[in-house]
Amino acid sequence: MIVLAILLLPLVAAVLCWISAIGRRAAAPITMMTCLILFALSARVVFRVIAFGKVVAVPDWIEVDALGALILLLVATVGVMACLYSLGYMARTTHDKSLLYHYYGNLNLFIFSMLAVPVVVGPSVTWLAVEFTTLLSVLLVGFESSREALEAAWKYAILTLTGASIALFGFLVLFWAMRQAGGGNYTWAGLESVAPHLSPVLLKTAYLAILVGFGTKVGLVPLHTWLPDAHSQAPTPVCALLSGVETTAVLYVILRLMPIAHITLGNGAERWALIFGLLSVGVAAFLLIQVHDYKRLFAYSTVEHMGIILTAVGLGGAAAHYGAMYQILSHALTKSLCFFAAGAVLMATGTQEIASVRALMRTSPLAGSALLLGGLAISGAPPFAVFLGEFAILRAGINQGHYLAVALLAVFLVVAFFGILFHVNRMVLGQSDEKMATLPRIPLTCSLTLFAAAFPVVALGLYVPGFLHQLLIRAAAIIGG
Amino acid sequence: MPHGTQPDSIVVQLNALAGGLFLLSTFGMVATRQVQGCMRFFILQSVFLASSAFLLGLQPLSWHLIAVAIINLINKPILIPWLLKRTVSGEVYARREITQVLNIPISLLVALGLTMGAYFFTSPLLRFAEGSSAVVNLPIGLATLLLGAFTLTVRREAVPQLLGLLSMENGAFFASIAIAPELHLFVELVIAFDVLIAVFVIGVLTRAIHEHIGTTDVGSLAVLKEESSR
Repeated sequence: MIVLAILLLPLVAAVLCWISAIGRRAAAPITMMTCLILFALSARVVFRVIAFGKVVAVPDWIEVDALGALILLLVATVGVMACLYSLGYMARTTHDKSLLYHYYGNLNLFIFSMLAVPVVVGPSVTWLAVEFTTLLSVLLVGFESSREALEAAWKYAILTLTGASIALFGFLVLFWAMRQAGGGNYTWAGLESVAPHLSPVLLKTAYLAILVGFGTKVGLVPLHTWLPDAHSQAPTPVCALLSGVETTAVLYVILRLMPIAHITLGNGAERWALIFGLLSVGVAAFLLIQVHDYKRLFAYSTVEHMGIILTAVGLGGAAAHYGAMYQILSHALTKSLCFFAAGAVLMATGTQEIASVRALMRTSPLAGSALLLGGLAISGAPPFAVFLGEFAILRAGINQGHYLAVALLAVFLVVAFFGILFHVNRMVLGQSDEKMATLPRIPLTCSLTLFAAAFPVVALGLYVPGFLHQLLIRAAAIIGG
Repeated sequence: MPHGTQPDSIVVQLNALAGGLFLLSTFGMVATRQVQGCMRFFILQSVFLASSAFLLGLQPLSWHLIAVAIINLINKPILIPWLLKRTVSGEVYARREITQVLNIPISLLVALGLTMGAYFFTSPLLRFAEGSSAVVNLPIGLATLLLGAFTLTVRREAVPQLLGLLSMENGAFFASIAIAPELHLFVELVIAFDVLIAVFVIGVLTRAIHEHIGTTDVGSLAVLKEESSR
């Protein structure tokens, strides 16, 4: 029942927002309430999953296990922060305030689609949910209607929908493979139960089609070209959702395939994940150095982190899988903080150019310290959570004997570390040449969001609560098969 | 798998004919420059998709596939063109496309190569399909998927890019009616609905691009290149 409520609530809220008489007056409070309730419900689902192993709403259609619950919790957490941030940010930056109810209506729908991905258990329904995450966020990306935003939205829509069509072909071949093996239930669990009988050639075709198709949406190199555009041109709260959780929710679908592919193909699936993962980390780490726009900087960092998680899955073994889960958690939370900080800088200075921002610590201490914290945390400086995740993955790789992969990963991580901090450092510290005029204050809800987002980033590096640890261990076990 | 089909039955032959015409209309989309011509070939393609689903549904009798045929027949040739005309302004719609990255003969050659590639890629899979219509539908479906992706990359106008995308979806579906005929009808319905939303969203976006930027030559949008960003 709770899970059904989670799915219905944002839909109802979206309808309320779109009714213009209600929406024009109350779209923002309605969305805020919805997100708060969604967060509470998701937390409840997490505790029930830890207690009972699984929450079943509609058997064979809607079920949540530990891996699904982790994604659900992250979407709800970033969702509630993005909504709180939107209240101040959108009111400040939008040109046409009368259209804000469109924004909130779309935001509800977008959050709905991301919540749907981890709770449905049919691969074909999961494909649909992922398709909807694109369709329902395209208009959010282009919301500002500037030349850049529209171009980004167009590229985002066309490339990710192309990828989704290729993935659809993969899911159909997967269905065929399952029928050939005598399975009758097209769910993740049903697939896993017939996995020993699946035809390797069919499964390999399906796996590669899905990896390439959804890899486009995750932002794996060389299919990432749309990502820095869309993730830098969308309104900042939407960037936090796109970068923090949308990519992760799609990566989740690829992770779901791993135990099935492992049984049928042996290590073949892991090898492809390792290649795509390392390629993404490597290319993104070097592209990070040459950016001129600080939102693009964090967008490339998302490509890097998706690569790290995929690499961890490719390394294989329980320790690496735990590292991957931990990295999913810490990336989602840290990356949303980074974008909230970037939005604060944008509101204070009015530019997205790295070169035009100097000495933030002096001119806007709140935006400056948030950006510094986010930059340090996302680049993998100790003692933050991302560092612990990366360290766990490297150590697991060494124990598995993947020396070459670990060495490459370590080099790329160091390059990315210096790449991010080089840019952040220039923006935050240093002397400003001219006398900066007094910068506009950051809206209250945005400051609140910055504190709320910073808290878990700092705390997780020092201490992982018992329930989260349990959830991560169980989620890692699911990927291990 | 519809194992009941005899190799020479008239239905199987008609399905092969529908498959051939389906592929031919895809080539038509590659070769046409006019937006409306492209649209007509897309409608033809969808009609052949529906007829193949209908034929496969006859032998052995499957109401499920016949329902899929009807959904497709209503959705693609009727609802999608109507929705597109409502959301995109007529001027965009009637545009004669002049710019294309590759010229038509070269495009057709590449398309031919992709089709042969599709047969090559699917040949290891086809041993699972012996005696079923998947022998026809799977390679043609994959070929259309690839050709759709190809049209998408060489076209610079917004609406033909969208049609390339829809053509990819048609290709996946053309394969699915043979390899995954038992896919839940609910899923088929939602996919049909999802295609409509895709057309609506991209239509709205095309209109916004037309209004704010003044062109729908989306291939020329390049503000966000890394070097030119400054």
